[in-house]
Amino acid sequence: MRRIGVLRRPGLVLRLAVPLLLGGGWELAVRLSGVPHWILPGPLAVGRALVEGLPVLLPALAVTLAVTLGALVVAAAGGILLALAIALSPLLEAALLPLAVTLQVIPLVAVAPVILLYVERVETALVLCAALVAFFPVLAGTLSGLERAGTAERRLFALYHASRWQELVHLRLPTALPHLLAGLRVGGTLALVGAVVAEFAAGHAGSRAGLAFRILEAGWRLDIPRMYAALVLLAASGLVLHALLRGIERAVLRRFHLAPREGS
Amino acid sequence: MNTVLALEGVRHVYPNGLHALDGLDLALAEGSFTALLGPSGCGKTTTLHIAAGLLAPTAGRVRRREDPPPPGSVGFVFQEPVLLPWLDVWHNVALPLRLLRRPRAEIDGRVAALLRTVGLAALPRLHPDELSGGMRMRVAVARALVTDPRLVLMDEPFAALDELARFRLDDELQRLWLARRFTVLFVTHSVYESVYLAQRVLVMGPRPGRIVAEIPVHEPHPRDAAFRTSARFAELCRTVLAALARSGATEAAA
Repeated sequence: MRRIGVLRRPGLVLRLAVPLLLGGGWELAVRLSGVPHWILPGPLAVGRALVEGLPVLLPALAVTLAVTLGALVVAAAGGILLALAIALSPLLEAALLPLAVTLQVIPLVAVAPVILLYVERVETALVLCAALVAFFPVLAGTLSGLERAGTAERRLFALYHASRWQELVHLRLPTALPHLLAGLRVGGTLALVGAVVAEFAAGHAGSRAGLAFRILEAGWRLDIPRMYAALVLLAASGLVLHALLRGIERAVLRRFHLAPREGS
Repeated sequence: MNTVLALEGVRHVYPNGLHALDGLDLALAEGSFTALLGPSGCGKTTTLHIAAGLLAPTAGRVRRREDPPPPGSVGFVFQEPVLLPWLDVWHNVALPLRLLRRPRAEIDGRVAALLRTVGLAALPRLHPDELSGGMRMRVAVARALVTDPRLVLMDEPFAALDELARFRLDDELQRLWLARRFTVLFVTHSVYESVYLAQRVLVMGPRPGRIVAEIPVHEPHPRDAAFRTSARFAELCRTVLAALARSGATEAAA
């Protein structure tokens, strides 16, 4: 019965089978070809390096995650506030939106050294760098969500002479919530990428080393399995972060009865 | 006649060039129930928006007791319920009063009383996604009435419901109107619904819309299922249908 249940969900089977097959093929190829581990380690060697390296890698991950979360908070606050300001005033839109878009199109690797130049505390600079990339999806999501209120709903508010502020708080902001949360989810994963890129640009993470620094360090030492181990850790935290934000998103939408109806 | 609202020679052309209304005259006596009937796209909804003060006509006069109408003096029921999905029944009904910044005690009292009247008192905490279509429309009607408006404008409010639910809501509306005596302008494209509910059926011609016929329905209220199957009802429906056909509305809906 159980097997039939699993087979009925080919998606789940594939989700497990594809990584297993890839990993198995990789391990097999490494073993059969005899490539030395300092050129390409197999998954088992990477796993070993991960376990052995945890005392170094976990604190580094904590540093990187702290930058990521700090950046996400800054990006969320900045993105939402800017979107509200733009929604309330067409003048602010003309003044600020082009600036935000410009900031978005410059690659972070190019901006990070400049920010690091002026911001004394490296941790603060890293958070700013990562927030810079995480902020745009939040802004864009919130802005497009704020425009989603229907004409009939707006007529209803006009009928009762609702002020701009009332319309924003009671209609446009709740309508924007699903789009805001989707922006936050995208921004969250970008914040992690941003944190790592910024650490690379800094070369270190101030007093404490982040995951990017550990990858660089392992590279200098030709400790290739550890480089891979750090990458695995990074990917895993990215997935967990994404799942976490997705979970929060779903819970909030259910709470506000904004979740798409089941089956649709 | 104690007139609540009068439209005189109203003409409306939308910015995109659509000529919606021309030479529309309409007067609503206080406490009256008027049905507005016409083919699709003849400007019925435009008429309601002008009556609500949501739209200024291109030309013509709109006369009311107070101009602009004080907020809350006009209730509007849209084609769709237009409920806010994140608010429960109670808060959806309370929304107009909250937008008008009425005191908390007044809001509590009015919402509670109205929910009792429309039979929603048992489920104030349910959200729109947990209600049937008929229930949602009931909430929309309650919301339109919560400010105790003098004028209630309804834009084919029950058109999307199945026939039984529509009959039930027609009867509810009739009961509420008899109890509170607000003035109703009820847009519909159902000949039967207009004859069943209204004291007077106004027939609009095709776009640009204006009133082309007026059929009084002198039958006393409350009307019930017996009226719906009476010979008098059938005769009135025939009269209205004939007026619709004469108006040039070839695809007059029944």
